[in-house]
Amino acid sequence: MRVPASWLREFVEVPASSTPEDIHAALVRVGLEEEDIHRAELSGPIVVGTVLEFVDEPQKNGKTIRWCQVDVGEAEPRGIVCGAHNFFAGDKVVVSLPGAVLPGPFPISARKTYGHVSDGMIASAKELSLGDEHGGILRLTELGLDPEPGTDAIALLGLDDYAVEVNVTPDRGYAFSIRGIAREYSNSTGAAFRDPALSPKLLELVEATHEGFPVTVDDQAPIRGNVGCSVFVTRVVRGIDPTRPTPAWMVSRLKLAGVRSISLAVDITNYVMFELGQPIHGYDLAKLTGGITVRRATQGETLTTLDDQVRKLSTEDLLITDDSGPIGLAGVMGGATTEISDATSDVLIEAANFDPVSIARTARRHKLPSEASKRFERGVDPQVAEAAAARVAQLLVELAGGTVDTLGSTLFEASAPSAIMLRDGLTTSLLGVEYTAEEVRSSLEAIGASIDDVDGGLSVTPPSWRPDLTDEPTLAEEVARLIGYDRIPSILPVAPPGRGLSRSQRLRRAASNMLAANGLTEVQSYPFLSEAAHARFSGDAPAMRLANALDASVPLLRRSLVPGLLETARRNLSRGLTDLALFEVGTVFLPEAGRSYGSGPLPVGNAHPGDEVVAALNAGIPSQPWHVAALFVGDRVVRQPGVGAVPSSVSDAIDAARQLALALAVDIRVEQGNHPAYHPGRTAEIFAGDRVVGIAGELLPAIADDLDLPRVVALLELDLNALIELGAREVVTSPISGYPAATQDVSLVVPVEVPAGDVLAALTEGAGALLESAQLVDDYRGQGIPEGSRSLTFALRFRAADRTLTAAEASDARLAGVAVATERFGATLRE
Amino acid sequence: MALVSEPLITESSVAEAVDAALAAIAEASDTAALKSVRSAHLGEASALARLNGELRNVPNDQKAALGKLVGQARGRVNQAFTAREHEVAAAEETARLAAEAVDVTALGSRWTPGARHPLTLLMEQMSDVFVGMGWEVAEGPELENEWFNFDALNFDEDHPARAMQDTFFIDPVDSHLVMRTHTSPVQIRSLLERPLPVYVVAPGRTFRTDELDATHTPVFNQIEGIAIDKGLTMAHLRGTLEHLARAMFGEEAKIRLRPNYFPFTEPSAEMDVWQPNAKGGARWVEWGGCGMVNRNVLRAAGIDPEEYQGFAFGMGIERTLQFRNDMNDMRDMVEGDIRFSQQFGMVV
Repeated sequence: MRVPASWLREFVEVPASSTPEDIHAALVRVGLEEEDIHRAELSGPIVVGTVLEFVDEPQKNGKTIRWCQVDVGEAEPRGIVCGAHNFFAGDKVVVSLPGAVLPGPFPISARKTYGHVSDGMIASAKELSLGDEHGGILRLTELGLDPEPGTDAIALLGLDDYAVEVNVTPDRGYAFSIRGIAREYSNSTGAAFRDPALSPKLLELVEATHEGFPVTVDDQAPIRGNVGCSVFVTRVVRGIDPTRPTPAWMVSRLKLAGVRSISLAVDITNYVMFELGQPIHGYDLAKLTGGITVRRATQGETLTTLDDQVRKLSTEDLLITDDSGPIGLAGVMGGATTEISDATSDVLIEAANFDPVSIARTARRHKLPSEASKRFERGVDPQVAEAAAARVAQLLVELAGGTVDTLGSTLFEASAPSAIMLRDGLTTSLLGVEYTAEEVRSSLEAIGASIDDVDGGLSVTPPSWRPDLTDEPTLAEEVARLIGYDRIPSILPVAPPGRGLSRSQRLRRAASNMLAANGLTEVQSYPFLSEAAHARFSGDAPAMRLANALDASVPLLRRSLVPGLLETARRNLSRGLTDLALFEVGTVFLPEAGRSYGSGPLPVGNAHPGDEVVAALNAGIPSQPWHVAALFVGDRVVRQPGVGAVPSSVSDAIDAARQLALALAVDIRVEQGNHPAYHPGRTAEIFAGDRVVGIAGELLPAIADDLDLPRVVALLELDLNALIELGAREVVTSPISGYPAATQDVSLVVPVEVPAGDVLAALTEGAGALLESAQLVDDYRGQGIPEGSRSLTFALRFRAADRTLTAAEASDARLAGVAVATERFGATLRE
Repeated sequence: MALVSEPLITESSVAEAVDAALAAIAEASDTAALKSVRSAHLGEASALARLNGELRNVPNDQKAALGKLVGQARGRVNQAFTAREHEVAAAEETARLAAEAVDVTALGSRWTPGARHPLTLLMEQMSDVFVGMGWEVAEGPELENEWFNFDALNFDEDHPARAMQDTFFIDPVDSHLVMRTHTSPVQIRSLLERPLPVYVVAPGRTFRTDELDATHTPVFNQIEGIAIDKGLTMAHLRGTLEHLARAMFGEEAKIRLRPNYFPFTEPSAEMDVWQPNAKGGARWVEWGGCGMVNRNVLRAAGIDPEEYQGFAFGMGIERTLQFRNDMNDMRDMVEGDIRFSQQFGMVV
């Protein structure tokens, strides 16, 4: 809400010395968030001038300029060059004299142009930031002004005014008016407030008798039990001149408030809406057929709105109709057929109160958020409608030359606010501040509530403009707000003893720290995927889909972290970084095939819906486990003195899995695996027990090429939830033997297709308990080894728990291991 | 006859042998030379060894004197040899160390630098402040049912606040599934699932339909806290926030509350933090929202608001990182450029 300072000052005493910052600060104290300051960024001398005479001078560039003599109230007229032609000798105009600065900033100086020294500039409305249209220079007669030459045009046109903009929270619709803001300014500073709705002149008009204009509310389908229209005030002003100019002060205030001047009648309705918070609609009375009925639209009904759009209506839309049919979308936008035009003479003013929910739904349905709908959605003071209608009538009389007619009516069916019992001590027990009874009472009176003393507390009836005050805490907030939140002390509460992080939380941190310590960099990707990326990594598994994706090309929610890492890798590579080791710990979304998700209509929000209902809501939410993924590209060890580069490969991905397994205390093993998006020969399935917990491998080179990535991209993705679930809760320990170890190597020749892991398993099994460690140290093919075979060399370390092993014992154990490998795979010992 | 005459043990013959040995020892400059000196002057064929052997033949009355003479001579030579051996070994070790020297400034790194993401580190750090006070860390799904995200938090289906949340809806919209717009659904989940009193924080990812720019990202992180107990007031809220502020920004930090509106709290406040160590000077910074938990939220969780009450608060992690570390552009936090995270390493 933008609040022009001059307007605010009409209703509340703002010290003359107050700066925009002071006004902001006062409003912030009572909960209106500071947004911005708006003003015409210009400075004088900018004065009124009379064009005495001019000569049209055609130029070589095809333009014709006017060489004008302008009286600016000085002894001699000034010579000024002007490019516009929409004025006549004798016109009063606005002249920026040398030294002035127009918005831009555009400093004005005497300068030589088109063969003359132009001693200033004749300004357009746009140049003065009074309007958006550049229809030539501003003629003051068009604004109904006839000031003396030399008059300060800045003050004349209200250009010295400024607006403070504050953010109005959705509970406080009343603050979408100068009236409401002035009241809050008064609440903050204690300055006297004059309610514009209670001005004596207006009350006179309000009290005037009206013979009645037929208005019927016929709501056959109230939304959530609320009739769509509770107040409908009509007033008639006859014989207006709609072509009269809107006065400069009104143009300036509207401009500062954020709306453009359109025509006098429209400007007046807008002006009153800003002043009192009551949206107003004006009809050309001559175009109305019969009386007005407010009703819901019927199936298939349409309406052409003011913007010339044909709207297909919903049966929930509330309409203003006359005997001709729909003439307006209530509270949202008027219809084209009864619009006020330059030919309008008699105006019917509508000041109504509509159900907030009905208006909100219609505005959203037709994508027509407006200043009016914004106010109705948040609740308009039902008591202000008559004053607002009177205010419009008053301005139409004063500015447009109309006369108030006795035709008019007031339909008022709004319910009065209910009283709220505010128990003694409640405010203190919520805020932790010892408020006196007097502080509570005077704060509530200041916001306009009426108060009765009752046993044990106060019976508080909120003012008509505060539909948000519904229970004790809302009243307590008003007290705290007006007295100031600074009074709230600082006390640290003592929570009951906690159990620290959960196991899953601890282990997720451990996993991330382990990977980072191993040289991987953590990234966070968006979880949105394209259809293609999803299909590539998750095949035809179902994915959750956004109904309103920001980028329609990525509507799906990830089942895998890999596509996000690939995208991140690509971004890094495009920035000239060549060696990457990335990881992400994040959730994935795993709907199951053949299941639908979500829930039916939602239970109400202010009561426990019952455990079964909560369970049903939860059952409709797809599983979202944590995954961890890693990506390697470029070199794992970079080239450096004395060390060659070690390029990344599937080996790094498997290593990362092993490091994670260590961090999470889970035993994993790898087996040759396959996946359509991975290299057929360089992919491992990762098992924990019998369960597949993830995949490690190199991206299929064709896909890498497709994604503009290097040929080798090593990837790992693990189900972190599963790893944590399968990990050891307690570490099983065995005593550490202090007896000497015996180390021996063994080389076995086996067919190449036998996995080394299986050979190692056989060796380990056969060697028995004395074998402490076995590690593959060489994988040799070539001379001395038959074609189709390879020699695997393992370094073995034997140790006994209770004695020093003899060489013979170690050799026997070794041979026992070889025997099992021979039996299973035909392994032969290579001596 | 060329007979090898047996040496005669005399003072001069012993002295001669000792002098020759000492000279040879002194001359030996490496381990190999010392080895040949040892066999020439201390070995079985050496002059001193032979003189020693001759002791068998000397008359008994001279044995003691000559024995002493030869013994002392051999002792001198052995001692000199050992001393020289140490000298040579030390010199050789020194030479070897010199040869092994490297230019430490020319060494590369075989370990690649790794880093945590500053946003996750910051969430961990903030959570730890609460864990230190006995609070626990609660979690909930990122894809939520609307009831947890809105209705149970007192967002009426037609309330403007609900429309203002810029929600990502899951297709079909009438399935009532959304990407959570805040971590607040974890509040209601905690109240539904945990025994009272409840003191939890919920860090996590949240989603709103804001285009990515310098100050917005459609996917961002929040940390939210809720405490429900008997007798909690807004003073406890302020105390908790001030404790967090001091843990994050130093002992000088403090909290300012300004009236505001949130559907799930009443009274509600906007909180500003006094950041004493800000680059460019101490300042107030908008940090988040907070308030006393709305009675309707308690009712939705089946809690009697006459018996229990409490407070809730929430702040953006990106925003916190932005003003805490003086960063201008939020895009750096979400693009995954490794240079960004590596500025932080393991510390935020």
